[in-house]
Formats: sequence, structure tokens, C-alpha cells
Amino acid sequence: MFLIILRRLGQSVFVLFLVAFISFMIFRYVGNPVDNLLGQEATVEQRDALIEALGLNDPLHEQYLDFVTRAVQFDFGNSYRGALPVADMILERLPATLELAIVSALFAMILGTLLGIYTAIRRNGLLANFIMSSSLIGVSLPTFLIGVLLIWLFAVELGWLPSFGRGETVQLGFWSTSLLTVSGLKSLVLPAITLGLYQMTLIMRLVRAEMLEVLRQDFIRFARARGLSERVVYFSHALKNTLVPVITVAGLQLGSIVAFAIITETVFQWPGVGLMFINAVFFVDIPVMSAYLLLVGTLFVVINLIVDLLYLAIDPRIRDGQLRRKVDD
Amino acid sequence: MISEKRFLRRFQESDFLYDFKRSPVTIVSFAVVVVLFLLAVFAELVAPTNPFDVGSLNLMNGFTPPMQPNAFTGEVFPLGADNQGRDLLSAIIFGLRVSLFVGLTAVILAMVLGVSLGLLAGYRGGWVDALIMRAADIQVTFPSILIAMLIFGVARGLLPPSMRDELAILVLIISIGLSEWVPFARTVRGTTLVEKEKEYVQAARLIGLSSRQIMLRHILPNVLSPVLVIATITLALAIIAEATLSFLGVGAPPTEPSLGTLIRIGQDFLFSGEWWILVFPAATLLALALSVNLLGDWLRDILNPRLK
Repeated sequence: MFLIILRRLGQSVFVLFLVAFISFMIFRYVGNPVDNLLGQEATVEQRDALIEALGLNDPLHEQYLDFVTRAVQFDFGNSYRGALPVADMILERLPATLELAIVSALFAMILGTLLGIYTAIRRNGLLANFIMSSSLIGVSLPTFLIGVLLIWLFAVELGWLPSFGRGETVQLGFWSTSLLTVSGLKSLVLPAITLGLYQMTLIMRLVRAEMLEVLRQDFIRFARARGLSERVVYFSHALKNTLVPVITVAGLQLGSIVAFAIITETVFQWPGVGLMFINAVFFVDIPVMSAYLLLVGTLFVVINLIVDLLYLAIDPRIRDGQLRRKVDD
Repeated sequence: MISEKRFLRRFQESDFLYDFKRSPVTIVSFAVVVVLFLLAVFAELVAPTNPFDVGSLNLMNGFTPPMQPNAFTGEVFPLGADNQGRDLLSAIIFGLRVSLFVGLTAVILAMVLGVSLGLLAGYRGGWVDALIMRAADIQVTFPSILIAMLIFGVARGLLPPSMRDELAILVLIISIGLSEWVPFARTVRGTTLVEKEKEYVQAARLIGLSSRQIMLRHILPNVLSPVLVIATITLALAIIAEATLSFLGVGAPPTEPSLGTLIRIGQDFLFSGEWWILVFPAATLLALALSVNLLGDWLRDILNPRLK
């Protein structure tokens, strides 16, 4: 058991170093830091001095270590556009992305679970069937199209909700939040639905499948036989037993939410790190791309680790079987 | 070897055709895919105008609604005209060509890469297998659209600015292709592990065939049906990935607009009421992606009943 955790940790550390190495290679070789910092009129002496100052003549492994050391201290160099420190740009934009991601994840989990329970209980109901078949269309719609269609309906035709930006924000220390103003909350609705819809349908289908499975089992029949009310049977007996897979899937989907936030933020011009990344790709702003990769890579590794360890803690059956296979092969 | 006639009869009597005829959804999706594919291939012949011929564009035709004569020129466009007076139907047909071309070539790239690596991993085993499958494990923890974006950005950085638009389509194909190889490799590796223990492979080895010949001539044909299913499903993913990247402005260049680019342009005109510039390209993309997806699901059920 202890060995499994240790190996799992070692694997995560290895992937982290790999991600850092790729970021470093992008930072060092794709962009040209010297040209970008000096411009075209620099003399050879100026160039040589800068190359020496940046340590570009050092052996590769020393440069890599230097890159990792500075990244750990949250120093990613300066953006090519505007020459701002990348770390400051990220810190300024991170609250917007995190608020959007958390609200979407909550939306997906709460509504997904509720609809999953409903469609499982009313398996043959008209509304349940309608929800199930429309969820199929929701899965095939690309994220950006969902966003555009929502804008068309709710911002253009009905005019209920704003179509871009974050609305008014309130500064709480370093964190700027849009959750405390009316215009901020209104601005959040469409992006959060766009980002969470796919995850919502996924969780709904999963909860439904798990519920149907659990409802067939003996302890449910026994609970009914004891004369417990339907509500107690559904919510405190059946639902509890469906939650393990739901939590793991929801955890793993958190990573996708961060990735798809890039798309949602672009559609709604939401001032988060995803929009920053897309602009960096477009303008070939290498330090921003490299820092974003490092940040998101770390986030993914940490999420995967937590989910795997939670799995281990929650379900003893996996302790010897599945996870070990996953670690070994 | 079976003759053509017998092959045809075998096909007519097969479960494949039987199931196909009994599934209206599949017939409709197949028809949609075929029609869209033919439109894309014969774009020059089918499209009313050539949307890339700048000389034929008339700015006066800009924003002409569908099926209504333009107020100034009196020209009629079946699906309307965009902001530059370009016939939208022609733009969609040519955009469809870009989308399908990028999608198909990206899938072929992913398939060749994934199948080769999967065969190699399964057949060789040992550290080759460990290395390839580890790389696959790490790659799948990141969403493929994110990987495609990163590869696209890095490739743009490596290219000189003057060539960025010129090679954008190629870069796009490589980015999407490299982000989708893992499912192919995993499936092929699994099947190869089973196949290589069978007697015909032992026999081939005994008569002294090289590993390459055994992998390509003997094992490969036996792993093709799951590969076909994955390829179809990946095609839908690749088409959507291409549209997403182009919509975000980091895909097809303005000179070769794909369906995603057209939707990006259309979004700008939603607020002024020119809905057709957005709706028709979006509907085409949706019809294409949905039909390919449904065909893929059907193929999976037919070729591998266990996965049902």
C-alpha cells in the first residue's frame, strides 16, 4: 500500500519534470530571447553581454535547472508583447479563470446529479426520455458552437444577459472577483453554462447508469420492504452508492474544464488565462506559452494524483487490483 | 482469391449490409457524409462562384439575405452573401473542402503513427513497449485540443513569419494528427499482444520472415477492424478540433477559410442581425460531425458486438 503510493508519487514527479523540460525547450529554442529583448539595432557586444547575462552559454542541464528554480519561484521571464512579467499577467488573470471553472464545475455536478437521479427514477417518463435524447445532441455540439448559440439566443434575441467580458469586479486583496456584483453574476451565466454543459451531460448519464445499477440490488428491495419512503430509498440508500465513480469522473473532468476554458474565454472575451494563452499562440509569445504549459501541466498532474489517491482511500477493492495494474504497466 | 462477382455476392449477403439497411439513422448519416464529401471534392464544379476569386466579388452585394435580391445589384444568393459580398453557399462548399481535407489527413497521420507504434510496442515488448505506452499514458492525461494548440503554437514559433500563413494548413494537420494517435496505439498494441502468440505468427517466424514482414503482412491485417472504428470516431473529433482551432483564430489562414473560420466571421455579425453568415456554416459543420459520429457508433456496434 505504502509502496503503491510512493510509486504513484514518483510517477507524478517524473511527469512534472518532463512537462518542465518541454516548457524549457520551448522557452529556450522556439523563441529567441536575445532578439526579442534587444531588437534589431543591437551591436554584437550588446548581444554577447546579454547572452552571458541570461546564461545562454551555460551547459544545457544548468540552464534547465536554472529554469526550474526560477519557475518554482514563479518567475517565467517577460512577455514578448508589452514586456510585462508573465507571472504578473497570470496572477492578474487567474481569478477570472478559476471563478469560471469552479462555477461551471458546480453547475455540472449539481445539475448533472439531479437530472441523473430524475432520469433514473422516471426511466420511462416522457420528460426523462426527452432529457436523455437531447443530451446526445449536447454531447455532439462543439463547445464554441454552444457558446455562440447561447449568445445568439440570450444576448442578441432576448437581450437578457451580456455576451462578453466579466462585468464589474470587486477587489478583495489581490483577488478580483465578479461574484459580488449583479453585472458580474449576469456575465458569468452564459460562459459557465457553455463550459459546464458537456461535463453536466457526462455526469448525468453516469449517475443515471449507476443509479439503475444500484436500484436493482437486494438492499434496495429490502429497504423498500422495510416500508421506507421512496425519498429515503432514493436519496440516502441509492445515491450514496453511486457517488464514488461520480466523484472520480468529476475530479478528472476538472482538467478538461481548464482546457476548454480556453475556448469559452475566447468566445466570451473573458479576461482569463485561457484567452491570454490563445493570444500568445496567435502572436507567438513564447514565454507566455511556456509558462501556461507549465502551470496547466502541474495542475493536471496534481489533479490526477489526488483522484488516484482518493480512489485508493475510498474503495478498498481497487487497492490491490486496478490501481496496481495502472501503476505497473 | 475470390472473384469480383463472388465478392459482390458475399457483400450482398453479409450482416454488414443487412444491418445497414435496417438502420434508417445510419442510412441518413451515410448519405449526408457522401453528399458533403462529393460537394467538397467537386467544389469547383458545384459551387455557383469561386469565393477566392477576388475579381468576381462585389462589395455592393455584402450582407444580402438568403433568397432575396440585393437592393443595389439585384443578384440573388441561395444562402445569402457575407460581409464582402461573397456567395455563402460557395464559401461553405470550399470551406467544407478545407475542413474535410484537414480532418482526413490528420486522421491518416494519427492512424499511421498510432498503428506503427502500437505494432512495435506489442510485438517487441520490453523497453520499447514501456517507452511508447508511458508516452501514451502521459499524453492522454492532457486533453487533445490543448496538445494540438501547443503544437500549433510551437510550430508557428519555429516558422519564419512570412511562411506562417502559407504552411498553416500543414501545421494544422500535424498538430491534430499528433494529438490523436494514442487510441490507435493502445488498441493495436492490445490486439498484437494476443495475435503474436497465435500459431500462424509462430509459423511465420519459423520460416524465417523478418519482424517487419510479420508485423505488416501477418499481424496488421488482423487488427484492422478496430482501427477502422477508431479512425471514423477520430475523424469526427478531428473535424471538430479543426473547426475549434480555426474558430479561435489559430487554425486555417484567412486565405483558406474552413467551416470554423466562417463561423468565426459569422459571430461578428450576429448583433447586427445577419444571422445567415453564422447559421449556415454552423449547420453544415454540425451535420458533418454528427453524421460521422453516428456512422462511427454504428461501425463499432457491427464490427465489435462485445463493445455494445
